[in-house]
Amino acid sequence: MSASGSPATSGPSGIPHLDVDPFAMNFFADPYPTHELLREAGPVVYLDKWNVYGVARYAEVHAVLNDPATFCSSRGVGLSDFKKETPWRPPSLILEADPPAHTRTRAVLSKVLSPTVMKQVRDRFTAAADERVDMLLEQRSFDAISDLAEAYPLSIFPDALGLKPEGREHLIPYASVVFNAFGPPNQLRQDAIERSAPHQAYVTEQCQRENLAPGGFGACIHARVDEGEITAAEAPLLVRSLLSAGLDTTVNGIGAAVYCLARFPDQWQRLRGDLTLARNAFEEAVRFESPVQTFFRTTTREVELSGATIGEGEKVLMFLAAANRDPRRWDKPDSYDITRRTSGHVGFGSGIHMCVGQLVARLEGEVMLTALARRVARIEITGEPNRRFNNTLRGLDSLPVTITPA
Amino acid sequence: MPAINFMHPDGKSDRIETSDSESAMQAATRHGLDGILAECGGNAMCATCHVYVDEDWLGRLPAIGDDEDALLDGTAAERLPNSRLSCQIVITPDLDGLVLRLPERQV
Repeated sequence: MSASGSPATSGPSGIPHLDVDPFAMNFFADPYPTHELLREAGPVVYLDKWNVYGVARYAEVHAVLNDPATFCSSRGVGLSDFKKETPWRPPSLILEADPPAHTRTRAVLSKVLSPTVMKQVRDRFTAAADERVDMLLEQRSFDAISDLAEAYPLSIFPDALGLKPEGREHLIPYASVVFNAFGPPNQLRQDAIERSAPHQAYVTEQCQRENLAPGGFGACIHARVDEGEITAAEAPLLVRSLLSAGLDTTVNGIGAAVYCLARFPDQWQRLRGDLTLARNAFEEAVRFESPVQTFFRTTTREVELSGATIGEGEKVLMFLAAANRDPRRWDKPDSYDITRRTSGHVGFGSGIHMCVGQLVARLEGEVMLTALARRVARIEITGEPNRRFNNTLRGLDSLPVTITPA
Repeated sequence: MPAINFMHPDGKSDRIETSDSESAMQAATRHGLDGILAECGGNAMCATCHVYVDEDWLGRLPAIGDDEDALLDGTAAERLPNSRLSCQIVITPDLDGLVLRLPERQV
């Protein structure tokens, strides 16, 4: 059902029940009316279609993200409850874990992707962005998704990880499976898992120590085994987290930023006038488009949230994208404004599970938008953009553009 | 409510009133203060709310945690002995009048 469907009905608990499917194709095509319906129905809603609670307002999404003892991740951050169903792959040691286990693994990835490490890779990432823009200026007309949003992260991130050149074509399809699998057992999820075997085999193999080049993020994770911080069995699974969440997310983030700047030429001109806005232009695109739309948590006890009582063992769906446009929190939430104070948006999550690769994403976004704005006067959309459908990720499949040199 | 004084690199200063048990970073961003980015929103993950604490106040702040210590090594402006992340400084009544100097840059 779309947002124009039946109005909310109240169950005995007073929590509004909604007949909407936030994992349906017609929802993905235009989620915003349904986001509004979800936000306005109440601070906590119930979605009859999948038997889950939902939160779509900023305050409640932020509260759930920041109470991991009550809203846990170890029972899966998708619809599937790991206590009742066998996960489709061995659970992540960081995303699908709770403290204290999570604390140890998180510390390792935080160190591997720290601000200090970003300083070391900045020049390399910048040079690759400039090189990419050189190529695009020669082409003039291209697909801003495959030729830019995908090509740029693919030109730096697998190398930064230390992956072999062979088999990298599995990376984006693997991530697509991972993010589809957080959704309900719909066609998207079933198809994704059915076709996942070769991608899984590639990823499992690449996570092994001997397959990761020295000096890369992957080797740095394995080096923590020698320090006694993690076991040899844990290291490959932590490398897997970077392979799962480090590429497709930035592809969609950069794609979102370019799509925004192409749609809103006044913001593009503003960026060209002040290149120091590039980093915030990327950040605002993450708020505005929310490449990662949703995550689930599972309650560890009965809990009262904004007047609603939720029992133990219930799935709670957090609408990050709806929170990022909640008028209770954001002034003119539906405007893309590169000078907005974006601090506090939940596009990267919040709390202990907040995206551990956020610094990599921001660095990629900043240097790419800087390179573009320095050299390109105009970005024009020259054809109908096509959407890519995924249960968790929001982004485009193609965005035909023509650029004019500055 | 306690107030904090933020000193900008150009010598200007802003006196900011804090609310109940918020951090110095939260007070700064709530007032739209330039010079504090706080990209991660206060989760101690980004090092873009870096401040230099006035020497007179340094000893009165809570100790630096391991996470904060590691992040401070990656600040955009030089780390000094009085460097802290303002998201980790929760303002209590005894910190009324705290003086924090802003670095030249956060990224």
